[in-house]
Amino acid sequence: MDLEHQNIVVAFRHALIDRLGETLYKTFADSHIAILGLGGLGSHAAISLARNGIGKLTLIDFDRVEMSNLNRQQYRLVDLGKYKCHALSEVIVSFNPLIELIAQPIRLTPDNVADYVKDVDLVLECLDEAEAKAWLVRTLRSELPDIPFIAASGMAGIGSANQIHSRKVSDNFYLCGDETSDVAEMGSLICPRVAVCAGHQALTALRLLANVED
Amino acid sequence: MPFINGKKESKYSGVSVHEYLAVQQFDERRIAVEYNGKILPEKDYDKVILKDGDQLEVVTFVGGG
Repeated sequence: MDLEHQNIVVAFRHALIDRLGETLYKTFADSHIAILGLGGLGSHAAISLARNGIGKLTLIDFDRVEMSNLNRQQYRLVDLGKYKCHALSEVIVSFNPLIELIAQPIRLTPDNVADYVKDVDLVLECLDEAEAKAWLVRTLRSELPDIPFIAASGMAGIGSANQIHSRKVSDNFYLCGDETSDVAEMGSLICPRVAVCAGHQALTALRLLANVED
Repeated sequence: MPFINGKKESKYSGVSVHEYLAVQQFDERRIAVEYNGKILPEKDYDKVILKDGDQLEVVTFVGGG
């Protein structure tokens, strides 16, 4: 590490501690979160968590960045054709010099998902297909019930952001979204509405790590 | 009586989870079922009969992300 980079790292850490306080800084810096799916939800959630000083993120998606993603996902023209996990890593390291990233351009299945997330503190489900969301919840809630799991359902269309909420379903299982707006019916995802839902997921994650109860 | 998604549902006392899901026309590929705070594996939908005090949560997923 050259001196200039070392100075940036020290200053970045100092600024984070200044904003968060020592206790929260340490809690977040010591945490490892897995984000499964890096579309509208996952790209927004990852950036929020990285900005708030989460120490380590595992980013998993087999998809590559396409032009049709740019209306709502946190990628750039220069990212077209790259794996989303690699492109998002580049975006994140452009503002966070401390974070550790594990990028996995793999297709998750019920048979392999537990292996990829068994060592994390928390999992965010950010997939797009309803069936995939459902098997992911069923699989991880049964194989890794002690790892908090934050799923999302219902953020399509241009309905009010006030319909989007976070709730605890049961121990270690949280759900964010309006729980009804299906992209198959609403036809599209609108950037700020997906971002609101991703914000709910990221905030739920930070609140759990900070041990804040309602 | 059992509580289903937070509501008292007396008419489903003695009914299997599978039957409840069928009556309510849930698409089993798009749901996760929590039974008394734990995920209920699909293979047990038939075996679990809802009884007094049970808590059943059926979470339905819609597409988009």
